Amino acid sequence: MNLTLKIWRQKNASDKGKMVDYPISDVSPDMSFLEMLDVLNEQLINKGEEPVAFDHDCREGICGMCSLYINGEAHGPDRGITTCQLHMRMFKDGDTITIEPFRAKAFPVIKDLVVDRSSFDRIQHAGGFISVNTSGNTIDANAIPINKHDADKSFEAAMCIGCGACVASCKNSSAMLFVGAKVSQFALLPQGQVEATDRVLNMVKQMDEEGFGNCTNTGACEVECPKGISLENIARMNREYLAASLKG
Amino acid sequence: MSGIFNSSIGRKFAMALSAFFLMIFLVMHVSINFTSVFSEELFNELSHFMGTNPLIQGLMQPILIIGVIFHFVMGFILEAQNRASRGSVKYAKNAASANSSWMSRNMLLSGLVILAFLGIHFYDFWVHEMTVKYIEGDMSGLIDPNVADSGFRYYEELREKFVSPVRVGIYVVAFVLLALHLLHGFNSAFQSVGANNKYTKGLKGFSKVYSIGIPALFIFIAVYHHFTH
Ligand code: HEM
Ligand code: SF4
Ligand code: FES
Repeated sequence: MNLTLKIWRQKNASDKGKMVDYPISDVSPDMSFLEMLDVLNEQLINKGEEPVAFDHDCREGICGMCSLYINGEAHGPDRGITTCQLHMRMFKDGDTITIEPFRAKAFPVIKDLVVDRSSFDRIQHAGGFISVNTSGNTIDANAIPINKHDADKSFEAAMCIGCGACVASCKNSSAMLFVGAKVSQFALLPQGQVEATDRVLNMVKQMDEEGFGNCTNTGACEVECPKGISLENIARMNREYLAASLKG
Repeated sequence: MSGIFNSSIGRKFAMALSAFFLMIFLVMHVSINFTSVFSEELFNELSHFMGTNPLIQGLMQPILIIGVIFHFVMGFILEAQNRASRGSVKYAKNAASANSSWMSRNMLLSGLVILAFLGIHFYDFWVHEMTVKYIEGDMSGLIDPNVADSGFRYYEELREKFVSPVRVGIYVVAFVLLALHLLHGFNSAFQSVGANNKYTKGLKGFSKVYSIGIPALFIFIAVYHHFTH
C-alpha cells in the first residue's frame, strides 16, 4: 500500500508545532500501525532527518503507553483496541492518514506525538489504592467471600489501562471514565470500603485540579475506550462522590 | 458537604437538579396549554388560578425563574470550563460523529435557541401579565375589568398570539431545538445524579417519548390556534 501520512511535528513543549506530510510506500496490510511508523522512522533516520517521537511499550494492548489520534479517533478507527493493536489492513491503498497527539490541557505535548499523562498518575496517587499491611501476615484476598456479580464488575473496571483515550476523545477533556473506573474497581470490593470516602473525594479533587473538564455525558469516551469501560462506572463514581460529600 | 458545588461532579449534580425541575415544569405547562385546544372555559379557569394563586405567584414563580437562570448560567460556566480544558490547539481532524450524537455535542447551541425563545416568550406573556396584574393592578382576569360578565381574557390573548405566522414559525423552531436538547438532556440528567442501572434501558425509551412528545404538543397547540383562528 502507498499512503500519505499527515503527522503532527513539534520539537519540544514550547515549540508551536505543525502538521507535516510524509509519503510512505510498500506498506504491508499485515503490519501493525506502530510497525508502519517504525518503517517511516527508519527512512527518516537514513535521510538524516529527526524521527517521529511516539509512545509505546508492550505493543500488545496491556500497558496503556501507546496513544495517537488517528483520522480523528483515539487509537484509530477500529473498536476495542489500542493503537499498537491497530493493523494497516484497516486502511486502503492511497489513503491519507492524519496522526495527532492526544489533546487536552492536562496532557501537554512533550515532543511530536508524545504527551505527558502524569496527571493520571497524580490522580491515582490521590487515592487509587488500598492500604494493606504487607508485614508478613497479609490475608489472602481470596479468603474474603465476594459476590460474583460485584467481582465481575470490579474486574471490568480494573481493565482500564490508563491510556487517556477517554480524555482525548471527550469534547470537554473530561477524565471521568478513567477516574470512574479507578474508583469503581475498589468501590465494588470489601477491601475498598475502608478508604472509600476519602478515595473518591481526593481523586475527584485531584482530577479537577489537573484541569480536566466536566462530563456532559456525550459517551464518546465509552465508544473509543480500548477496554470497553462502561459509563456505568461514571454513574457509580457520581453516587460515591455525592454520598461521600454528605458524609465527609 | 463543604465544597461539593465547587467540584465538577457537584456542579453537574446541581445542573441535573435544575433540569429535573424544568422538565417537571414543562409537563405542567403543556398540560394547561393543551386544555385550550378543547375547552376555552377550562383553560381560562386554570390560567386564572395559576395567575392569581399567591402560592404559585409568590413561591413557585420565583423558584422557576431562579431555576431557569441557574440552569443556563451554570450551562455557560460548565461550557467555559470545558473549552479551557480542551487546550489551545484543536485537532486537525476530529471524527466526533463516530462516537457521539449531535445533540450531545450541541447542548449550548440548543440551549441558546431556547433561551432566545424564552426572551420572546417572557415579553409576549409574562411582561404583559405582570403589567396588567401588578402595575395596572387589574387582578380580575377579565376582558373588561369594569364589566363583570365580559369573560376571562386569557383564551382570547392566547389566540391572538398565534395569528402571526412568523411567531408560530419561531415557536416551532424553538420547540424542535428543545426536543433536541431533551433527547440528550433527559438521560444525561439521570447519569449526572448517578442513576445508571437496570431501569436505564427502559428510561431511554421513555425519554424519547417525553423529549419528542412534549415539544410536539406545544407545537400542535400553536399550529392549532393558528389555523383555527
Ligand atoms: C425549559 C427549558 C430547558 C430544559 C427542560 C432543559 C433541560 C436540560 C437537561 C435535562 C439537561 C441535562 C442536565 C445534565 O446533564 O445533568 C440540560 C443541560 C444543559 N442545558 Fe438545558 N434545559 C432548558 C433550557 C436551557 C437553556 C435556556 C439553556 C441556555 C443556554 C440551556 C443550556 C444547557 C446546557 C449548556 C446544558 C449542558 C450542561 C451539561 O451537560 O453539563 N438549557 N438541560
Ligand atoms: S477508561 Fe478506557 S480510554 Fe480511559 S484511560 Fe482507561 S482504558 Fe484508556
Ligand atoms: S504499547 Fe502497550 S498498550 Fe499499546
